[in-house]
Amino acid sequence: MSATTQTTGTGTGAGKGAATQKVSLYDEPGPKTRRNIRIWSAVVILILVGIVVAGLIQFGSKGQLDADKWTPFLSWPVWEYLLVGLWGTIQAAALVAVLGGFLGLFLALGRLSRVRVIRWLSTGYIEIARTVPVLLLIYLMLFGLPQLGLNFPLIWKLVIPLTVANSAAFAEIIRAGILGLPRGQREAGLSLGMSEAQTSRLVVLPQALRFATPSLVTQLVSLVKDTSLGYIVAFTELLYRGQVLSSFNHLLIQTFVVVTLIYLVFNGALSTLAARLRTRPSKRSLRKPDAAAPVPVVGAPVLD
Amino acid sequence: MDIFVDSAGPLLAALGTTVVMAVVAGIGSLIVGTLIAAARISPIPVLRGAAFAYVQFFVNVPLLVLLILAVFALPDAGILMPLAPTTVVVLTLYEAAYVAEAIRSGVNTVGNGQIEASRALGFTLGQTLSLVVLPQSLRAAVQPIGNVMIALTMNTALAAAVGVVELTSAANKLNLVEAQPILIFTAAGLVYMLLALIIGLSAGRIERKVAIVR
Repeated sequence: MSATTQTTGTGTGAGKGAATQKVSLYDEPGPKTRRNIRIWSAVVILILVGIVVAGLIQFGSKGQLDADKWTPFLSWPVWEYLLVGLWGTIQAAALVAVLGGFLGLFLALGRLSRVRVIRWLSTGYIEIARTVPVLLLIYLMLFGLPQLGLNFPLIWKLVIPLTVANSAAFAEIIRAGILGLPRGQREAGLSLGMSEAQTSRLVVLPQALRFATPSLVTQLVSLVKDTSLGYIVAFTELLYRGQVLSSFNHLLIQTFVVVTLIYLVFNGALSTLAARLRTRPSKRSLRKPDAAAPVPVVGAPVLD
Repeated sequence: MDIFVDSAGPLLAALGTTVVMAVVAGIGSLIVGTLIAAARISPIPVLRGAAFAYVQFFVNVPLLVLLILAVFALPDAGILMPLAPTTVVVLTLYEAAYVAEAIRSGVNTVGNGQIEASRALGFTLGQTLSLVVLPQSLRAAVQPIGNVMIALTMNTALAAAVGVVELTSAANKLNLVEAQPILIFTAAGLVYMLLALIIGLSAGRIERKVAIVR
């Protein structure tokens, strides 16, 4: 029995390296299984439809589905009002992405630095920023800093706390990208006579960043979600505009459903981009470090 | 320091609310998340699609929007629950999507060869999952799930925005009286860091206990 386990174990390494396609968990269904799948599909559809219908009846009974409650959202001024909010969301997110991205890059390099003090400082910053709620940072920004005589424009009261929190997340993603690179890359750079800095800048980072791109885009989605905290600081972004709109037209459900859908479409596009980058890397991007490992041939010495 | 001693009662109650919310939503999201992950790898296409849609929805919509929708808007449709349970339910459903993703990433770490081997040995889907895939993938998922739990604890702070009196909101209230924002919010931040540290350390401990040394 143990011999069988051994063979399976080595087979895994080879399978992981060579095969990129995912093996199905189950065999091609036979006639009996196909019938069972059809039955269960019908049951699941019935349950899902039942939930939707129950929800619609509940909403309808309170008159929330009446046409006159939804028609305001067919008019351009309402959309214009909300899209100005979306533009605020994009502005704040772009600022946080650029600032947090740069800060995260330096934090990642700092955490991998050979100088102990830099390493400790970066690690400390990352661990603290990861484990304090953003809302608390925003309150600190709103109430704490004015006491010290620092009063920033509204957008920075949102952007600075988000940058503090997201730079730590960016740093961890970039660090994972650097660590995922085969060690030989760095060694090759150094043995060609490049300095540490040159190796990082010319060899390691370009590849590590390309490898980390899908995760960075996923973090961008999370960052766009975080900008909804602009609601707290009264910065003109999508959720805040939705709030103001709903207190004006008293269509709470309809307004927030529309706001939810806008977020869903906007972030959904970003998520789809991330998924596409993950499954179909562009030509210049590195093969996944996992997959780059050579398939071990029995009896031959394994390099790397 | 006096200001913390004077209002120790409300602060401890608020900390209790935060911890209870995190624990209840944590356990709930583990259960729901496991079910969603199971649906995502099931042989029934409709179930797979529904689970995919569920995850996409909660991963792409901000938690604050969902909280506001549930707390302020749904009562208009006659769906009215007490405040704290509503936020816990929203938090549970939201984090369940992330738990499902963490478990699925764990499933992906199981080698194709193992799945092929178990199929070659004639295992059914249930046997393959329960005897081969899940024991390994749950172990690989411990650390990612720990990270989701830390994020969940941080996210309980958003309940303050819809009026639940938990740690962040209590700190804010104390600050309105005492006007010592830096001291008060730093202290609250330290408490959150302590909670995250406890979760992180327990996740590390569990992982070391169940990890497979290869």
